Amino acid sequence: MNPTDVRNPDYFHKVVDCQWACPAHTNVPEYIRMVAQGRYDDAYMLNRDSNVFPGILGRTCDRPCEPACRRTRIEEKPVAICRIKRVAADNRGDISARLPKAPAQKLGKRIACIGAGPASLTVANDLVPLGYDVVVFEKNALPGGLMRTNVPSFRLPAKVLDEEIAMIVDMGVEVRYGAPVTSMKALLNQGFDAVFVGSGAPRGKDLELPGRKEAAAHIFIGIDWLESVAFEHIHQIGERVLIIGVGNTAMDCCRTARRIGGKDVKVMARRPRPYFKASPWELDDAEEEQVEILVNHVPTKFVVEKGKLKGMEFERVEWSEDAAGKQISRTIDTVFIPADDVIVAIGQENAFPWIERDVGIEFGKYDLPKVDEKTMQSTRPGVFFGGDSAWGPKNIIWAVAHGHDAAISIDNHCRGVSVAKRPGPEVKLITQKMGLAEWSYSNDYSTAKRAKMKHVDLQERFKRISTEVEMGFDAEQTQREVERCLNCDVQTVFTDKRCIECDACVDVCPTGCLTITQNGEEPELRNRLTVPAANPTQEIFVSGGLPQTGRVMVKDEDVCVHCGLCAERCPTAAWDMARLDLTILKAGQNGCTSSR
Amino acid sequence: MPSPKPNVVHPHLRPNQIGLTIRDYEGSMSTLCAGCGHDSVTAAIVRSFYELSTPPHLIAKLSGIGCSSKTPTYFVGGAHGFNSAHGRMPSIATGANAANRALTYIGISGDGDSLSIGIGQLVHAIRRNVDMLYIIENNGVYGLTKGQFSASADIGSKSKRGEVNRFGPIDPVSLALDLGATFVARSFSGDKEQLVPILKAALSHKGFALVDVISPCVTFNDHEGSTKSYLYTRKHLLQLISADFVPFAQEISVEYAPGTATSVRLHDGSVVRLRKVAADYDPTDRQGVADHLELHRHRGEIATGLLFVDKQASDMHDTNKTTDVPLAQLPYEKLCPGSAKLDELQKTFR
Repeated sequence: MNPTDVRNPDYFHKVVDCQWACPAHTNVPEYIRMVAQGRYDDAYMLNRDSNVFPGILGRTCDRPCEPACRRTRIEEKPVAICRIKRVAADNRGDISARLPKAPAQKLGKRIACIGAGPASLTVANDLVPLGYDVVVFEKNALPGGLMRTNVPSFRLPAKVLDEEIAMIVDMGVEVRYGAPVTSMKALLNQGFDAVFVGSGAPRGKDLELPGRKEAAAHIFIGIDWLESVAFEHIHQIGERVLIIGVGNTAMDCCRTARRIGGKDVKVMARRPRPYFKASPWELDDAEEEQVEILVNHVPTKFVVEKGKLKGMEFERVEWSEDAAGKQISRTIDTVFIPADDVIVAIGQENAFPWIERDVGIEFGKYDLPKVDEKTMQSTRPGVFFGGDSAWGPKNIIWAVAHGHDAAISIDNHCRGVSVAKRPGPEVKLITQKMGLAEWSYSNDYSTAKRAKMKHVDLQERFKRISTEVEMGFDAEQTQREVERCLNCDVQTVFTDKRCIECDACVDVCPTGCLTITQNGEEPELRNRLTVPAANPTQEIFVSGGLPQTGRVMVKDEDVCVHCGLCAERCPTAAWDMARLDLTILKAGQNGCTSSR
Repeated sequence: MPSPKPNVVHPHLRPNQIGLTIRDYEGSMSTLCAGCGHDSVTAAIVRSFYELSTPPHLIAKLSGIGCSSKTPTYFVGGAHGFNSAHGRMPSIATGANAANRALTYIGISGDGDSLSIGIGQLVHAIRRNVDMLYIIENNGVYGLTKGQFSASADIGSKSKRGEVNRFGPIDPVSLALDLGATFVARSFSGDKEQLVPILKAALSHKGFALVDVISPCVTFNDHEGSTKSYLYTRKHLLQLISADFVPFAQEISVEYAPGTATSVRLHDGSVVRLRKVAADYDPTDRQGVADHLELHRHRGEIATGLLFVDKQASDMHDTNKTTDVPLAQLPYEKLCPGSAKLDELQKTFR
């Protein structure tokens, strides 16, 4: 194999699996260390740079970082990354002086953002400090988008939401509340320099079955119902509630129902548990609140008697695989389940009735706008999409990532620079060596198990819908959890010219990551290592020829625990532990904008 | 203080025949200099015991004084151990082996411990053919006292300060051959592919197995002018013969060209396949081996490999006709029959 080019920022970045997996590339290990040192303000600001809403995401994030966490390769559970983020947000002091501000001298460029959700707010967050005038059009009376309307307050307190949105709006964003955009053409005629569409995927899918019309008064669409509860238009629900669907919205619906009158709440799933869309922890939390989840139930009709909903009929099915590997169901019998109300939470879709089809914005498959994956630009230059409105429902962290990308494009667009010109990441490698066997990070491996989140007890939490269920980590839990992080950003950096092939690193590595051997072709070489490198998704490091024998140093990054012993036992400092400081540049941080 | 070794294992680490992973054969974290050859020898020992599936409680590790003699702490934490006075390890090993022949004995020594202060002890352990593996971690300097020449330093080699050595070296391999050792090998700490099979064969050999391991002192003897540095050893190393260790009951599948390999079946049924580099090399001919060694020394080459093996010779227990039951396991009445029996015995001498 050719020697690995570690100057390619992606190589070391991929070793930091959590940061690589995060759509906004939050520098997870660094903020965990800051929390470990009690530097909550610093940890909060580092988070905010990447993900804008640390307090909100510390409670609601879909956590793509956690399944990616390297810890899962050596033990069962990942580091509770999301919860540590919340610790930073909960314990921070007044950081207002450190927030970005709008400059006194404005650029005279006006940007319209549609919808005051996380995507638009991120665009505003990135552009206002550069001197742009950002106008946000919001149909509701309050900002936040789905974060406010669809995430119940027992998961995300209004105070947290208000504070983090205010940090952006107070920079000087003009938000027009109660101002839905009804015509893209009209908006485009208002002379904005760019338009960002961050209006989400606002249309909940309906369940067209017999009885739907007759029982309409007792059948609700999940996201609309949650919104009505959030804005206090709905205060109660019947005792027996059926939730159709088993995604995260369904989980929010069933738990909300438990708080406003639902006693016997059932979630009805078509398929078995491994196919559920909801995050595992959300399923756990719902079941803790005595919500029953029934699998293999396919709804067939709403049963209505004398104009009133009585319940629903389901086919009980079993699933098997056909010859082509496709899942097929077989009906066992039909069952009736009584209910007072039904909430349909089977997904949501984008809807753009307000975008005229002759304004140069092309629509493609599923009637979704054609949006460039990197630049977020539509087929009409100057019109950008992000968040759920781009490619359908994802989650908040994706909306934030889209917002950052769109902000770069908008900035380029307004300055006459090609939107395709993107800033690369800024990369630094900083040695962590402090002494002979001293490192400036906690390199000792902790065997602690993942801390369990404490919940407010059941009786207490049902008293008020706004009582936050998760109590956050206490000081002791935090202290133990931060030590579980393997510091994957502290990279093992090898200088082949210095190696004397004494084998010290190979001998000491606790997980057998290192091998000095003859070079070869990748599949064969992977097999020949101290422990064969079996994870094809993890690249292996191959050095240049070593000075004494011409063999190569090979490192399988897969289960490296970043203990630093290879560097500690290296007599010639051929190995070093160096922290990767990788910053994804945002709008205005572009090398080519240095004239500003 | 060195960082502790993380208490974590690779999920794909395979257990050996007795259900232990290689990490179960480790000891404490090394306190030797980073890059010390001795640590590599330690790693080779760990691998050998793991691959042989030796139960740790049936291993006795012994040593004297010196950097080398610290290393038993760094492998098989679950074994018995004795750290003796300087150079006295062979006596302790002989005594321990006499008392309990059921254990596997491994003695770790250095060029100072074995070739200077302890040479009078070493030669008798060889002469008695004590059933043990005796490793000399040979670096040509007294590292623990900051780098004076040892008795194995070559004439003309330079100390770190530039001083030239004027005295001739003692070669433990020639010494052992001359004294009738039954298993003599030389290897290099930086070549585990050679070292591990040799150690496994040595541990399976019945009788005294001497393995001289060139183990560079990274702090005091790894410079230009040294003849025991990593670079010099790699440049001058000549593998005369290579060993493949085949455990008992495993089929020998490797084919060798006729006349190039010799098989030696060891006491426990395992087999060592010795592949010769020179056609006229016979690892069972003591005189021939000695001649070869002399020849290569003359050429400035460091001859390595399992150089000599003799499986016919009887070990100390055979010669003394001791009981098969380890003395340590004999009932007290048998071990010490009392004064009446002693009187009886003494009468026969009067």
